[in-house]
Amino acid sequence: MTLTSIQTFIIICMLTLGTVTTRFLPFIIFKNPKLNNSYINYLGQVLPYSTVGFLIVYCLKDVNFRGSTYGIPEAIAIVCIIVLHYWKENALLSIGVGTGVYMILLQIVFK
Amino acid sequence: MQEKFEALKAAFPHTIPVFAGFTFLGAAYGILMNSKGYGVGWTALFSFMVLAGSAQYVAISFLTSIFNPVHALLMTLMVNARHLFYGISMLDRYKNTGRLKPYLIFGLNDETFSLICSVEPPGGIDRNWFMFFITLLNHGYWVFGSVLGGLLGSVISFNVEGLDFVLTALFVVTFVDQWKTQKNHKPAVIGVLCSVICLIIFGQGNFIIPSMITIITVLTIFRKGYADRKELAEEKIQ
Repeated sequence: MTLTSIQTFIIICMLTLGTVTTRFLPFIIFKNPKLNNSYINYLGQVLPYSTVGFLIVYCLKDVNFRGSTYGIPEAIAIVCIIVLHYWKENALLSIGVGTGVYMILLQIVFK
Repeated sequence: MQEKFEALKAAFPHTIPVFAGFTFLGAAYGILMNSKGYGVGWTALFSFMVLAGSAQYVAISFLTSIFNPVHALLMTLMVNARHLFYGISMLDRYKNTGRLKPYLIFGLNDETFSLICSVEPPGGIDRNWFMFFITLLNHGYWVFGSVLGGLLGSVISFNVEGLDFVLTALFVVTFVDQWKTQKNHKPAVIGVLCSVICLIIFGQGNFIIPSMITIITVLTIFRKGYADRKELAEEKIQ
């Protein structure tokens, strides 16, 4: 531990405060959503789809396409997940195999 | 009571992938925390109170450098800014959830969000309790995984390199599920393209906020066409 216990606890509180703020803010801002606020309704309908797209990019943000692996392990693993998930439709299987393939590629093939 | 138990039974199968994911991810987090000298108690407290994987991973760097709470707060706001999106998406779903609402909002992390937007409770199951149990189970899994990792980390050592890919895999699977159930792929494509473009322009450290602004802007531009087509579709049905 680099920090003291009190300092660590303050960091936990800061993280909690930051997280709670981002989670509660929309509900506070739109506390009385007019039922006919079609713009917010529209965003609520389409944003879930855009957000998952964003999250995939967010997860892959540190992939270095000019680095030693050129992003090949990530690309292979994602293709595996997509093919497997279209074929078997089993989320756990797709996630497990995809992660396994990625770890093998990273630790053994692209060592 | 019976009603709650039924809701729990209906919710549980949907959360199994998250159980697997959070056991992995949480364990990786616990192992990492342990390697920095933070015992299982600290790891459990972090996971219980913060319940935000990526922010907790990022925060490890704040625990191993000079004490800077303001920086930690700002970084958390940045990393978790995507939760604003989740909230807006859930305004309607969480509208009539009563006393469960504060906890539902508190527990709205990436995985809980993606489950609650994609799964529907079977007939006869109370929707609010169904969503509550999805949130509660996922919260529990995250704490469980972290504790497991904290304990494992102090006993054995193994190569966890690449294990964090489980989070990416979960989002790819959610993306495929959404793609298959939606006819209109524009929102999904807009999400990916805007993020990629912003990542290239602003770099990995600064692209989150620009991506969110760009996504909202582009979706707003496409709204006209969406509304028109929806009306057309509704007219056809009638």
